Amino acid sequence: MASATVRHLIKEGLWKNNPGLVQLLGLCPLLAVTATTVNGLGLGIATTLTLIISNTIVSLIRNVVTSAIRIPVYVLVIASTVTAIELILGAWFYDLYKTLGIFIPLIVTNCAIIGRAEAFASKNTIPLAFIDGLAMGAGFTAVLVVLGTMREVLGRGTIFSGAHMLFGDAARDLQITLSGDYSGFLVAILPPGAFLGLGLLLAIKNIIDKRMEKRASTVREFPVTFHPAAGK
Amino acid sequence: MNMKRQVLSTTLILGLFGLAGAGLVATVEWLTRDAREASIVAARLKNLHIVIPPQIHDNDILADRIVIDDPAFSPRFKTIVYRARKNGRPVAAAFETTAPEGYAGPIRLLIGVDIDGRLTGVRVLEHRETPGLGDGIEADRSDWIFGFTGKSIGNPPLSRWAVKKDGGDFDQFTGATITPRLVVNTVKKTLLYFDTHKDYIFSAEQPDHGERDS
Repeated sequence: MASATVRHLIKEGLWKNNPGLVQLLGLCPLLAVTATTVNGLGLGIATTLTLIISNTIVSLIRNVVTSAIRIPVYVLVIASTVTAIELILGAWFYDLYKTLGIFIPLIVTNCAIIGRAEAFASKNTIPLAFIDGLAMGAGFTAVLVVLGTMREVLGRGTIFSGAHMLFGDAARDLQITLSGDYSGFLVAILPPGAFLGLGLLLAIKNIIDKRMEKRASTVREFPVTFHPAAGK
Repeated sequence: MNMKRQVLSTTLILGLFGLAGAGLVATVEWLTRDAREASIVAARLKNLHIVIPPQIHDNDILADRIVIDDPAFSPRFKTIVYRARKNGRPVAAAFETTAPEGYAGPIRLLIGVDIDGRLTGVRVLEHRETPGLGDGIEADRSDWIFGFTGKSIGNPPLSRWAVKKDGGDFDQFTGATITPRLVVNTVKKTLLYFDTHKDYIFSAEQPDHGERDS
């Protein structure tokens, strides 16, 4: 496994082909649970686990499954994985399980997962499929966390409220309250805030991409204009 | 012939995957069952011990419960009473009840009352009220719900058991009256019921014994 390929996969998942920001897949959970940082992180981790496991299994069975039945088999793999994860969350992360509620089983319907199974895992080796799942999951988680933090700060004036749901009671002190008597910007917590926030993130990403493109093109021109012979 | 074989093998593979998936889920279900049931019980006990201090009772409060069927409570939802006893003598009760007509749906409450009819604590278990407005009833959002502790019928007098807008003693929230009004009224109804049915509550047999937790 060439390290260049790994680096490429990670870059794709985190930035260039980010499931949340570029492919715009899995928007339903993305918009619904990101009212706080911790909710976003929780669903992100669950989704990443699903992606890693389903990608690995799909890659493992890619030579056994004929194309006629591949979609039902992928659905079976993903649904079993998600159900297992849901049971585990209910056993050891009960508060988080309660908070995320219906959005855990709904991971099954996150198109990003079957999308990676079909577009990548079914055509690549197991280690590559594993890394692709990890990178795509991390990219998705990053968007959930950033959006969740944005909405929580604006809507409630806190960060990491409910951290104990994920990290146990010791993490209660993690909560940062930015201002004691902040009354909250209600729109940020309500569904429209999710759309506005995501739109903002998309815009910021596009601006950064444009800047990087511009810089890349000026760097290419640079040696030509400053060629020592040009001065004479 | 070849076609037939292909169909058969494809069906077989699909069937095997179905079995494997079901097997995985069944195994995980079996492995996590005890931990999941323990989590549910622990979460319930934690809530109960918020409204009834653990040091005032010594019985298994989760098991010592009855289901109340009375017009004082909404017939659409189950109202469960957990009974706290010390050395066999009743000391307090916790009502798990639902107020059906919240602003955005039912509100589930846990109401703790000691044997003298004083509130030992009230908490909202579940609600869908508007974030930033009606969700002030949550203990995490505001101190409002703590205001019930120590109150009883008579303190304040029955006529003042209402939100301030209705001439009572309890605050409403800016922009949200329906939610606090409903909570105050439900607590009041529960206290009145407790007052008149105290003997029944602590002596009633447990009809739901053996029923599985859900």
